Amino acid sequence: MSDKVYDILIVGGGPGGLAAAIYGARARLNTLLIEKGKTGGQAATTEDMENYPGFARGTTGPGLMKAFTEHAESFGAEIVRDEVVKIDMEEKVVHTKSGATYKSKTIILAPGAVPRTLNIPGEFALRGKGVSYCATCDADFFEELDVVVLGNGDAAIEEAGYLTKFANSVTIIVIHDEGILDAAPMLQERAFKNPKIKWVWNSTLAEIKGDGLVESVVIKNVKTNELTEMETNGVFIYVGTVPQTEFVKDTGLELDERGYIVTNEKMETNIDGVFAVGDARVKYLRQVVTAAADGAIAAVAAEKYIVEEEGFRQSVLEEDRPVAVVFWSPMVQKAIEMMPTIETTIDSYGEKVKLWKMDTYRNQRVANRYNVTKNPTIVLFNKGEVVATLEEDAITEDSIRQALADLVS
Amino acid sequence: MLEVHKDNFEAEVLQAEGLVLVDFWGPKCESCLAVMPDVEALAEKYGDRLKFCKLNTQGNRRLAISQKVLGLPVIAFYRNGEKIDELAKDDVTKENIEAKILELLA
Ligand SMILES: Cc1cc2nc3c(=O)[nH]c(=O)nc-3n(C[C@H](O)[C@H](O)[C@H](O)COP(=O)(O)OP(=O)(O)OC[C@H]3O[C@@H](n4cnc5c(N)ncnc54)[C@H](O)[C@@H]3O)c2cc1C
Repeated sequence: MSDKVYDILIVGGGPGGLAAAIYGARARLNTLLIEKGKTGGQAATTEDMENYPGFARGTTGPGLMKAFTEHAESFGAEIVRDEVVKIDMEEKVVHTKSGATYKSKTIILAPGAVPRTLNIPGEFALRGKGVSYCATCDADFFEELDVVVLGNGDAAIEEAGYLTKFANSVTIIVIHDEGILDAAPMLQERAFKNPKIKWVWNSTLAEIKGDGLVESVVIKNVKTNELTEMETNGVFIYVGTVPQTEFVKDTGLELDERGYIVTNEKMETNIDGVFAVGDARVKYLRQVVTAAADGAIAAVAAEKYIVEEEGFRQSVLEEDRPVAVVFWSPMVQKAIEMMPTIETTIDSYGEKVKLWKMDTYRNQRVANRYNVTKNPTIVLFNKGEVVATLEEDAITEDSIRQALADLVS
Repeated sequence: MLEVHKDNFEAEVLQAEGLVLVDFWGPKCESCLAVMPDVEALAEKYGDRLKFCKLNTQGNRRLAISQKVLGLPVIAFYRNGEKIDELAKDDVTKENIEAKILELLA
């Protein structure tokens, strides 16, 4: 490992990670982004990108992602192609598949999601032979051929529309009753009007058949359990996604039962200095615009974290003198009332004792680390160690002097 | 790496003796583009032991389909003109390609 310590290390180069890189690098932070494939993530696998604000129809996913990447690089973000396989969350050391290690002050996880597979017979063996999860990659193989699309959310309906530009016919297999789709109304309207699209309702796929290339699918009616075989040349599967968070399991990082990373509004995870953005976190809307917004928030929160942590380390933990850290909030009446007593008492020691005020309203994290729950609380540090804690009414001139007695000669 | 296409595929791959790797790619396939430098690096490393070819499926669609390729990326291996193995989609990674080369050379 080189001695270099990055300010922000981003795992994943989709729109979430790239936006974080833009904000991080622009704030003059040493920013490294590690991406295992090509930057752009899922957003680079769709041609029709119509809802990124300011970019109207005609914008493509790969085009937009190329612009994101160039934007990040223009501010000086470093992009490395490698796969992160392990993270030491406490030390913030990242290990990659190629054997490299990187150390950083903060980590932003942006690993996104991958298409969910069905795990039906034929699906795995016929990948690259007609079974696909990426219309952009494979659509032009299907000129004059027939394909089926499984799924009925935004991605399924949008990509089906894209496929009609190439294929002879596109049959969408929908699990719901006739006329019911999960996709946005505008996408539905367009699909229902498209003469190349055919529909099979109340159904899913049971098997994909073919010797070397896809030849047919077995469609299962979920109401009657009836199986019918239909000839086709291609199968595009859009049945949701799964987060790529396998590599952070068992690191102490909080995930929900489906593997999504839990964060708060500031993109903070349960681990200090580790943030998560984009499709891999628990959130309401998984889109390019929200992934990018997450990235911006995380980079700014990471910057603030670095400033606060370094301030605390330099001013408190690495200080030679005893330091009385007063956790307080100007919003709490009691804290305001007690502050003058605290200040005059500490000041009476002159240069021998240092006073350091922490606004708990603005920095909850450090307060939590020292189990501060009362307002105000004094935590007395000597050579980086906690030597005494005084809370609320227990804080008096006498109690402060008593706590300092052994430390100050 | 040798560019193969509909006019030279027969001679360069199907009539070739020994082991041949064919990287089926397309300009719109991001993961193909991502892995291309890795395949080129492998060509440097193993180029004297097997032949490395790349085939742009755009413009060679029928040829790709005749080779039972209908989706990208695919890395196919031929021995004495016969397709003997292949890697597709997510399995196309630098590590997997190198492992497969070593397996087939052994
Ligand atoms: C077919 C399809 C169509 C879509 N259409 C639209 C649309 O029209 N509009 C819209 O707004 N959204 C659309 N979306 C959704 C949008 O693409 C996603 O919400 C967005 O890409 C999420 O961004 P992200 O950065 O969180 O993750 P991703 O885009 O998934 O990127 C994550 C990146 O992290 C990398 N990575 C993962 N793990 C590691 C690791 N361990 N080490 C290194 N790198 C790693 C991956 O290779 C990937 O590049 C579509 C999605 C799909 C699949």
